[in-house]
Amino acid sequence: MSGPSTRSVLEPSPWSQRLAALLVIVYALITMIPLVWIVLTGLKTPPDAIAYPPKVFFEPSLEGYVNLFTARSRQAPEYMASLPPPTSWYDELVRKRNMVITGPSRFAERYLNSVIIGFGSTFLAVFLGTIAAYGFSRFKVPLKDDLLFFILSTRMMPPIAVAVPIFLMYRVLGLSDTHLGMILLYTMVNVSLAVWLLKGFIDEIPMEYEEAALVDGYSRMQAFWKVVLPQAKTGIAATAIFCLIFAWNEYAFALLLTSGEAQTAPPFIPIIIGEGGLDWPAVGAGTTLFLLPIVFFTVLLRKHLLRGITFGAVRK
Amino acid sequence: MSEIRLENLHKAFDDFVAVRDANLTIAEGQFFVLLGPSGCGKTTTLRMIAGLEIPTSGRILLAGEDVTNRRAAARDIAFVFQLFALYPHMNVRRNLAFPLISQGVPRAEIRTRVAEVARLLRIEHLLALPVRGLTGGDRQRVALGRAIIRRPKAFLMDEPLGALDAEFRELMCEELRLLHDRVGATTVYVTHDQVEAMAMADVIAVMNQGEVLQAGPPSEVYNRPATLFVADFIGSPAMNLLPAMGPLAPGADHARVSGAEIAIPRLRDGLAHEEAVLGARPEHITLSDNGLLRGHVFGVEYTGVRQIVVVDTPAGRVRVRSPNTVRVSAGETVGLEFSKDALMLFDRRSERALRSEQVQGAGNG
Repeated sequence: MSGPSTRSVLEPSPWSQRLAALLVIVYALITMIPLVWIVLTGLKTPPDAIAYPPKVFFEPSLEGYVNLFTARSRQAPEYMASLPPPTSWYDELVRKRNMVITGPSRFAERYLNSVIIGFGSTFLAVFLGTIAAYGFSRFKVPLKDDLLFFILSTRMMPPIAVAVPIFLMYRVLGLSDTHLGMILLYTMVNVSLAVWLLKGFIDEIPMEYEEAALVDGYSRMQAFWKVVLPQAKTGIAATAIFCLIFAWNEYAFALLLTSGEAQTAPPFIPIIIGEGGLDWPAVGAGTTLFLLPIVFFTVLLRKHLLRGITFGAVRK
Repeated sequence: MSEIRLENLHKAFDDFVAVRDANLTIAEGQFFVLLGPSGCGKTTTLRMIAGLEIPTSGRILLAGEDVTNRRAAARDIAFVFQLFALYPHMNVRRNLAFPLISQGVPRAEIRTRVAEVARLLRIEHLLALPVRGLTGGDRQRVALGRAIIRRPKAFLMDEPLGALDAEFRELMCEELRLLHDRVGATTVYVTHDQVEAMAMADVIAVMNQGEVLQAGPPSEVYNRPATLFVADFIGSPAMNLLPAMGPLAPGADHARVSGAEIAIPRLRDGLAHEEAVLGARPEHITLSDNGLLRGHVFGVEYTGVRQIVVVDTPAGRVRVRSPNTVRVSAGETVGLEFSKDALMLFDRRSERALRSEQVQGAGNG
């Protein structure tokens, strides 16, 4: 290098920038491997899925997805021969393994449960969190700091630590294996996160906007709806994603408290049984489908998420 | 448009008294300026009038009606905030229409009134724009538009020019005053900038530490300050305040300032103790060889046509405004002559002005 540097002292050197980029790429690759493997497994046939050494290149098949959505039974070759020709591609796929489709599996139901419980609890947590955060941010609340600390303290132990009391409580209250029970449970866990995150966002909205609305003839409630909420919406979106990720992925309580009616996808997917043990392509397919909504929302809101994580790091 | 009256208005935040027993009457159509240093209670007073703070005690009357405990939305008052508080998620048109929407004004009428206000403030070309990209001056105009569109009983403005560049502030000052004259609305304007206050006000009320010290037309506040604080706060440079010897009997017409007998307007009040203060504006002192109080020139500040001559006297540093045709140089000995009728005497202990044949009452509103 010759001549004076044109680079600002605050700017990292090109070499350290390249090094940083390399590290990020390596890290991304390592963390992506399991995800890629899940997606690939979903597209394999059962023999390919358990082949050793593992197959990276294979002929893709939709068998995993068919198995995920259907219940099948094995039939004698004579019976198979007596059947009329298959009417659809999935019929054909199943018959190759000497099986017939007997009906839909319970996957769709479980998935729907996940949607109801995940989105329901997210909505409730964000709704309560927004109202509480607004109150804490704007009003003189007696014991405000203690209350906020108490709310935060509910996150200081893993929720599963109270699994037994909750299990017993839910049995007595009749909340076991109900949608309402699971929604309330996840709301309870998420609401503290929601209050703290949203309080940070609402604190950043100057009070003058509401005061302007108040003198412009609006009530406090109208000012909240028309002036505060529209400005808090990025914060609300970020908070919602965090809540949704937790509620969507939660496994332990779902396993413990649900079995039939309200079972969500996480405890269901890993136990999809095929012939001779777990049906790995179906598990892979189920997991892939399960990941999609979260990936979708996260990519959609990634800018706000970053702000959600780093908010308050630089105080104005 | 209506009269605003504050009666014994008091506001305390825990132990801190923000406004102490304020009594003010703001006449209909008046441009009333609350002037004082930061933290003096002027903004709190304004917020109480708006209904954004509830007074600890006292009453607020708006057009004769007691509105002390009425919520802001029901007072029919417009407020212009220091940082304008334009709703960032709405465009200019919607910002202007927002106060009308709350009143349920029909759409067609909203449209005509927005157009009317936009024309008045010359912001017609901005109506469709988001408020984010606007310049300070345009934001200011939109904020004013949002205030006048409703035709409220009164306008309250909290340092609305504070966020603008100095250059632009002067222009807006003029515009604001013109606008006020055209709309004719009762306006209460808060500022810490005495130049702004002097330029715009019909009446200035000077506040300090929660108290209203004096309320009166700019000329009165400038020429006849009611307290030492007002004398010192208003004017640039401030009034010269020189220690004078008491006691002074009613009817006295001289005051002794470090040995020099200075003629003053005949006093109507007496002063029992020794600590008096003589107040003289820099323009009421002239450099003269006959001057009884003498001192050395410390320095000269040129301000264009005029100059400020700083003179060190035994009584302290004195600033004299003189035409710049008068040549003086540092270190020179000069005499100071005071214009008798313009002089003020204060009681150092109570900090209040003494009444004289020139000063009627301590003009405390």
